[in-house]
Parts: sequence; structure tokens; C-alpha cells
Amino acid sequence: MSIPLTALTGFGVILLMGLVAYMTRIGGVLIMSRMKIGRRAERFIYAMSGSALVAIVVPLAVEGDLAARLALATTAVVMLTTKKTLVAIMAGIVMAAGWRAFF
Amino acid sequence: MPPEQPVATCLTRAGTLDGFKRMAPLSLFVVIFGLAFSVAALQAGLSGPQIMLMSAVVFAGASQFGVLEVWSSPISLATVVIITFAINSRHLLMSASLYPWVRELPTRRERYGTLFFLSDANWAMSFNDYYKGARDVGLLLGGGMALWAAWMIGTAIGIGLGAGFDDPERWGLDVIMSCFLLVMILGGSNKKRMILPWTVAALATVAALQWLPDNAHVVVGALAGGLTGIFIRGVDE
Repeated sequence: MSIPLTALTGFGVILLMGLVAYMTRIGGVLIMSRMKIGRRAERFIYAMSGSALVAIVVPLAVEGDLAARLALATTAVVMLTTKKTLVAIMAGIVMAAGWRAFF
Repeated sequence: MPPEQPVATCLTRAGTLDGFKRMAPLSLFVVIFGLAFSVAALQAGLSGPQIMLMSAVVFAGASQFGVLEVWSSPISLATVVIITFAINSRHLLMSASLYPWVRELPTRRERYGTLFFLSDANWAMSFNDYYKGARDVGLLLGGGMALWAAWMIGTAIGIGLGAGFDDPERWGLDVIMSCFLLVMILGGSNKKRMILPWTVAALATVAALQWLPDNAHVVVGALAGGLTGIFIRGVDE
């Protein structure tokens, strides 16, 4: 279901997100009070939350310009070598800005 | 264990304050992430009040960044719900792990009010302390409040600063969102086990971008990765 995005419906969409996020926070307790989360369900949920992030990043890697792709590559390399999240993000931004400034 | 640890589960002001103080150092980083989110959100076309509301009620960085990706008119509600749910589904597991503790709180207000503030960092702190014998749920609540306050402060500062960037691409700000999500993926502790599910998720996403309608790729990728994950053993199994 798609709706036109206006100032008002924008607020509605955000409240809907808030509701969904809250449901995930209380969901674990609510489910556990009725049954036990099995091993397979646990594995599925765990892999799904990482995979959702992957699915959102992939389009930029596939369809983005060279500066954006280099930014992602830089962030990945810095993150894997230093494990410092902020440094990795900054490196990606600087790479994108630098590449666009010089090329 | 501290000397005056209560034996029964409780929610005290002192415990809440303690949790708040212990999360405060980390909150500095949260401020910076909140700032980055606002800059990205302004660029995606959200207004200042919309951005503040989103940070206040959603209070989950990755899913907020994720939804910006599809923020254009007309917007698909199903896609928004699925992105928010899929990215935050790890909360289900964190929440479930706290069940033995939270269920002992006397009132619904305490139980379900505290859980609003459930986030990665305060969960990790509280979960560890619970298994060391801590019983004051204030730790979770106070820690979450510190993170929430920092997230709101960062968001507000970002709205002020973000208006100053008239050409975001020139400053590389269009990549903030994706770089943020990328470090979330690579920062996890179970990367090796997740190589296969994530590869499947990435391939399914590429296929969906190619052949399926707009925005179907998030669902397809998340489900493909999740289903693959069923076959990957956890570290503690």
C-alpha cells in the first residue's frame, strides 16, 4: 500500500515506524511469556537483521557512482583493520568528497 | 558484586542513575551518530520536526537510516514496516533474553515502559550484569535513557548544522547513510558465521533490483539471508 508523502502523512509514517520498533522491543518478552523461541527461529532472526542491512547497502555498491563505491570500499577496509566505527565512516565520507573534488 | 545488591528484582531510582552514568561515556559517540543521521535525513527531504520525532519514537539508528533510502512520494507503508521490522528484529532476541528478569517487575508500566529504552549497548551491559547477579532493572532503563538523550541531542545539533550544507554530494554527505550501515554490518562479532547468509542476501538483492518491482529488494534480501542463516550454527550451540 503506497500513500503520497506530505508533511502530515510523513508524521504518520514516522509514528508507524515507532510502533513497529517498539513491537520488536517488547516482542521478545511477549513471545517468551507464551512459548520458547526455538533454535531455528533464533538463527533466522539473527541472520535476517544483518541481511536487511546488507540489502539496503547493496544498491549503492551496484548502482552508485565511482566516488560512492570507493567510499564504501574505504569504509569497509578501515572498519576491518581498525575496528573504529567513526573513523571508518569519516574515511568513507572524505574519500567521496576528495574523489569528487579532484576527478 | 557490589555489597548492597538487592536479591529480588526491582526498579529503583539509584539503579537508574547508575545505568545512566555508566552509559554516559558511550553517549558521546551516539551524539555524533545522531548528528550524521540528521544531515542524511535533511538530505532525504524530511523536515526538522519530522526528524526529531523519528529519533524520539524509533530510537534505532540503523532502521532510521534504512528508511531514508525509500523516503520519496508515494511511499510504500509495507516497505517502511518491513525495513523497520527486519533491521530491528535483533531486538526480539535481546528482549527475549531479558524475559526471566523483566517478568518479575510488579507493574506493566515498569515492564513495558523500560523496554521502550532497549537498545544494543544498554542491553549488553544489563545482560552481563544480570548474569553476575544484578537485579535492578534500573540499569537497563537508565542506560537507555542516557543513549536516548544523546541520540536526541545529536539529532538536534545535526538539524542545525545540516541546513548549512547546500551541496551535500560535494561534501560526500550522500554516502553517510550507507557507510554507517556498512560499519554496523562489519562491526558485529559473528562476521565469519554470517559470510554465507550475507552473500546470499547480497545476491538475492542484486537479482531483485534487476527483475522485481522497486523496493522489493530489501524484503527479498532480508528473507534470503535469514533463511540461509537457519543452517548456520550459533557459537553457543
